[in-house]
Amino acid sequence: MADVMNIQGHVRLGSNAGQSMTRRDGVLKVTGRATYAADNRPEGVLHAVTATAGIARGRVTHLDVAAAEAHPGVVKVYTPANRPDLAVSPDEKIHGFAWRTEALQDDTVRYAGQPIALVVAETLEAATEGARLLAPRYDADTPRIGLDGGVPFQPETVSIGASPTLEAGDMDAARAGAARHLETVIETAAQYHNALEPHAITARWTGDRLEIDTPNQAIGLAKQSFAAYLGIDPAQILIRSPFLGGGFGSKAILFGGQLLAILAAKDLDRPVKLALRREQMYGPVGHRPATRQTLKLDIDPQGHISALDHHTIAVTSSFDDFIESASNASHSVYATKAMRTTHGAVRADTGTPGPMRAPGEAPGSAALEVAIDDAAYAMGFDPLEFRLRNYAETDPATGMQFSSKALRECYAQAAEAFAWKDRPLEPGSMKQGRLLKGWGMGTAQFPCPMFQAAAHATLRADGSAVVETSAADMGQGAWTSLAQIAADGLGIDIDRLEFRSGQSSLPDAGVAGGSGHTATAGTALFNAGADTIRQLAELALNDPASPLFGADNAGVTARGGRLYRNDDDTRSEAYEDILARAGLDLLRGDGKGAREGEPERAMFSHGGVFAEVLVDPDLGQVRVSRLIGAFAAGRIVNPHLARSQLLGGMIWGIGFALQEEAIHDVRTGRFTNADLAGYHIPVNADVPMIEALTVHEDDPFVNSLGIKGVGELGVTGTVGAIGNAVWHATGIRPKRFPIHPESLI
Amino acid sequence: MNLFEYTRAETLDAAMSAATQDGAILAGGTNLLDLMKIGVISPTRLIDITRLPLHDIEEHDGGLLIGAMVRNADLARHPVILSRFPAVAEALLSGASAQLRNAASTGGNIMQQTRCSYFQDPLSPCNRREPGSGCAAIGGETRNHAILGWTEACIATHPSDLCVALAAYDAVVEIAGPDGLREVPMESFHPLPDANDAGPAPLQSDEIITHIRLPDPGGMARNARYVKLRERTSFAFAIVSAAAALEIQDGRIVQARLALGGVAARPWRARAAEKALAGQPPTEEAFARAADLALEGAAPSGDNRAKITLARRIAIRALIRAAAGTPDRLPALPASVFEGDCNG
Repeated sequence: MADVMNIQGHVRLGSNAGQSMTRRDGVLKVTGRATYAADNRPEGVLHAVTATAGIARGRVTHLDVAAAEAHPGVVKVYTPANRPDLAVSPDEKIHGFAWRTEALQDDTVRYAGQPIALVVAETLEAATEGARLLAPRYDADTPRIGLDGGVPFQPETVSIGASPTLEAGDMDAARAGAARHLETVIETAAQYHNALEPHAITARWTGDRLEIDTPNQAIGLAKQSFAAYLGIDPAQILIRSPFLGGGFGSKAILFGGQLLAILAAKDLDRPVKLALRREQMYGPVGHRPATRQTLKLDIDPQGHISALDHHTIAVTSSFDDFIESASNASHSVYATKAMRTTHGAVRADTGTPGPMRAPGEAPGSAALEVAIDDAAYAMGFDPLEFRLRNYAETDPATGMQFSSKALRECYAQAAEAFAWKDRPLEPGSMKQGRLLKGWGMGTAQFPCPMFQAAAHATLRADGSAVVETSAADMGQGAWTSLAQIAADGLGIDIDRLEFRSGQSSLPDAGVAGGSGHTATAGTALFNAGADTIRQLAELALNDPASPLFGADNAGVTARGGRLYRNDDDTRSEAYEDILARAGLDLLRGDGKGAREGEPERAMFSHGGVFAEVLVDPDLGQVRVSRLIGAFAAGRIVNPHLARSQLLGGMIWGIGFALQEEAIHDVRTGRFTNADLAGYHIPVNADVPMIEALTVHEDDPFVNSLGIKGVGELGVTGTVGAIGNAVWHATGIRPKRFPIHPESLI
Repeated sequence: MNLFEYTRAETLDAAMSAATQDGAILAGGTNLLDLMKIGVISPTRLIDITRLPLHDIEEHDGGLLIGAMVRNADLARHPVILSRFPAVAEALLSGASAQLRNAASTGGNIMQQTRCSYFQDPLSPCNRREPGSGCAAIGGETRNHAILGWTEACIATHPSDLCVALAAYDAVVEIAGPDGLREVPMESFHPLPDANDAGPAPLQSDEIITHIRLPDPGGMARNARYVKLRERTSFAFAIVSAAAALEIQDGRIVQARLALGGVAARPWRARAAEKALAGQPPTEEAFARAADLALEGAAPSGDNRAKITLARRIAIRALIRAAAGTPDRLPALPASVFEGDCNG
C-alpha cells in the first residue's frame, strides 16, 4: 500500500492551521497510486459477487446452485442453507449505530436488490455469471412502495435516537395573534449516495487474524462491529481504510455483503474480494428517503413569525427505523414565539434509509426556506429583510445562547457579492433575452457535533514527530487538515510531521460524519501534541543546563521545533537538544477529543446562499447561472480545502434542487434508474459560476480549537435558494424537489 | 456475463461470414458491452469490426460518405460537418460524454438500443427484448417514452441525437450483406412497433453497416441547428430534441427539414411540417403551425402528456434558431436550450 505519510505531494501556501495547503495525498491520487480497497489484489484472491432479489417482498423459493457451481471458475455458492455461522444475527441491533442487514440469514426478501446469495469464483466474470445462473424463483407478495404506497406509522425516534416531536412556546396563543397563516407542502425525492467508489471489501485471514481493506467512515466502530458479528476479539482484526472515494454517510455503517466476504474468506481459506456494482448500491447501503413536508407559518402584522409548525412524513423500510428528521431542521434557524416539529413515517419495501449528506437538515432546510420565502412575499418583504427581521438571537428551540453566530455578516457579504440589493420584489420581473431570470436565497445552518477521538503523538530524537489516529479521508482532506492541526499541537512545521492514519490499529478517531471529524479528531491530535510538549517543557525547565531553566511560572511557547521562554524570547532551545540531554530517543503524549458534559450553548455553523437561475419559459429547463454563499464555521483550518467542501455542498444543492431522484417502478419495487446515466448528479457544465466565501468567526465554546464543520453546511440553504430563484423567475412555487421542466411550463 | 467467443475481422467478408444468429458486431462497444453486463443480451460470439477499413470520411458529390467506424468525436470535428452539416456536429456534441464520444462509432450510434428502463431490466416483460412477452413500460415510469408512432406492443424511444440530425439531412444507411449492398433512408431505418410486436430487427445478423451517406445540403448548409431539452448539461438523453434545417431565399423558405428526437422508436421526420413551411416566410407563426403538424397524431403513452407540448415547442425553437443562421463557432454548450442566452 502506498505510504502516504512520506509523500510530500502538497503545495505549500503557508504553514500549518489557518493556511491554505493542497492535499498531501493529491499526487498519489492523480497518479493512480492511492490504493482504494478494491485495488488490493492479494495472492490467491477470490472474487465474490452477490446475487440480488428481483422482487421487493416475499421469499426465495429456489436457487439453481448446481448451474452456478457448474460454471467454470465458480468455487462455491453461499445461500441461507450453507452460510457459515455468525455469532450475532445481522438482524440484531448490536449498538445504536447498527443497521439491520442481510447476510443470508433466511430466505426472506425485504426489498428489490437485496443480496440473496453469494457466488465466489476465481474471476470476477465467473462469479458474475454464476450469480446470474442462480435464476432465483420466488413466492412474491405485492410490494409497498413510496410515500403513498407504504404503511403509515408513528415512529418512536427519528434519525439516531432523536425525539420525533418538539414543542416550544404556546402554539395556540401564538397562532391566534397572527395576521397571516401560510401553508407550504413540499415533497423531496428518494436519493442514493452514489459515491464514485463502490462499496468494496478485500478480506483475508491469517490463522485467527483478520485483515480487511474496506472504505469506512468509522474505522474504530467498524472493528468493534465486525468482531461482534464474528464472535472474535477486536484485537484480531485489522481494518485498513486509507482512502474513501466518497462516503456521504453510506460508508459509516456495515452491510451484510462485508460479513459474507469475511465468512467466505475463512471458509475457503483464501482472500476474498467483493465490490458492489453501481445498481447493487441501491438498497443495502442506505439512502435518503422520500419526504413529504408540511410547513405552517403564522406571521404577525409586523412580519415576525409567531408560530412555526413543521411536519415531515418520511419513508423507511419494513424492518428498521431510520426516519429522516427533516422537521428538526426548523428548530434553530428563525426566531418564533412558538414552534412545533413532528414526524410521521411510512413503511415500504425498500432498503433502510441512513444518513446521507446533511440527513434531516438538507430536505428540511429545502422546505423551510421555500416556506420562509413564501411568507416574505406574502408580507411584502424582501426575502433577506424578512430573514433579518426574524433573526434568531437565541436558539428558539432551547432558549440557549449561540456559541457564536456570524450569520448577519454571512448574509451581508454574500448579498454584496451577489448584488442582491437590485432585486425586484415581484416574480417574473427579470429577463435575459428569451429567458426568465430569478434570484433566490436561503439560510444555511448545520449543527456542530463532536464525537470521541483519541490520538498519540511521538516526538523523535531529531525533532521530527509522528502522530497517529484512525481518521477517515473521504476526499475532504483529512490527511492534510488534521496534519496541520497536529503540527500546531507539537509546535513544528508540517514538513517535520509524519501522520499515520486510516487504519484500525491506531487510536480511534471516531466517525467521519456529522461534519464533526476535523473538530473531533483534530482536537485529539492537538491535545496529543500539547501533552508531548508539556512533558518536553518539564524536562527543559527542570534542567539547569537548558536556557529555559527557571522559566517556571512564566512558561514556554512551542513553535518551529523550539521552545521559547515567554518572558524572554531570546532564550530558546530546539526539541532535539532537550531530548538529547535527557537521553531520550522518543517522547510520547496522548490526547482526546470530545465534548465534556451537556452543552450550555447552541452550536451551529451558518451561511447565506444566493442563487440566480435562468428558466426557459417554453421548455421549463432551469440553469443555475450564479451561486454565491458566505459561511461562518468557526476557525477555518485550511481555507483551500474548506472552500472545496463548501462548494461541494452547494453543488449537492444543485443536484437536490434540479436532478437527483431515484425512481422505483411501484408495481415491482425495482428501480428504473439505478445507474449514473439515469440517476443524475450535476456535471461541470451545470455549474457555470459558484463561489463560497468564509466569514471570520471566533468560537470560544464549541471546542478548544474553535473548529465547527463545513462538510454538510453548503447543501443547507442552497436547495431553498434555487427553489426560491425558480419562483422569482417564473412565479411558480416548487411543490417537489427535484424541479422537473414539466412543472414549469 | 456469459462465456463468448471473440473474433477480430480483418475484412468485411470475414466479418460477415463470422456472423451468426446469436452473435453480435462489436464496434465502439459503448452500448453493447453495457447490455451484456446487465444481462439484456448474451451473444455467444463477438465479431470485432474496429480493424475494418471503415474509418474514413470522404467528400462525395457535395456531401459526405462516412465510414461506420468513424468515432463520434472525430465526426463532430470534421471540417465539412462543421461547415455544411452543423446540426450533425451539435447533435453529436450534445450526446453522451467526451469519453464515450471518443469510443463510440457512427454505425454503433445508429444501432444503439433504446434506454427504456424496462428493456434494460431482464426481469421485466419486453416485446423488444423478448417478442411476445408484453410491455412493462405501459403503466410504469414513462417519462422517457414515446408520444408518436407507439403501439400497445412497445412505447420505447430511440435515444440517439445523431440519428435525428441525420434523418433531417436525408442521410442514407449503406448496408453490406451476403447478397451485396442495400441502402435504407435514415428516417425509416429503425422499424416502428406494430400492434403485436416491437418491429423487426433493422439488420439481419449477417449484415453490417458500412457507411452513412449525407447528400449535399445545398442552401441549407448555414441554416441548420439541433436543440435538446435535458435536465443536465452533459451525459443525459433528450427529454425531447429537434433538428431543423432551412433554405431561405428572398425572405421565403425554399425547403425545410425537421426531425424530432426522444418522441418515437425512430428519429421522427416531420414531412408534413416541412411541406407546409415551403414558400412561407420564416416567422414564429409559420413555425408554430409547422410544429402543430409535426405533432399531429401525438398521444401520451403514459404519464408523459407534457412531452407533446415540449416536443412542439422544441421544434419551434429549432426552426427559430435555424432561421437565425448557424453561428460561426459551435456554442460552448452545443444544442443547449441556454446557448446564446447565458454566459455559462
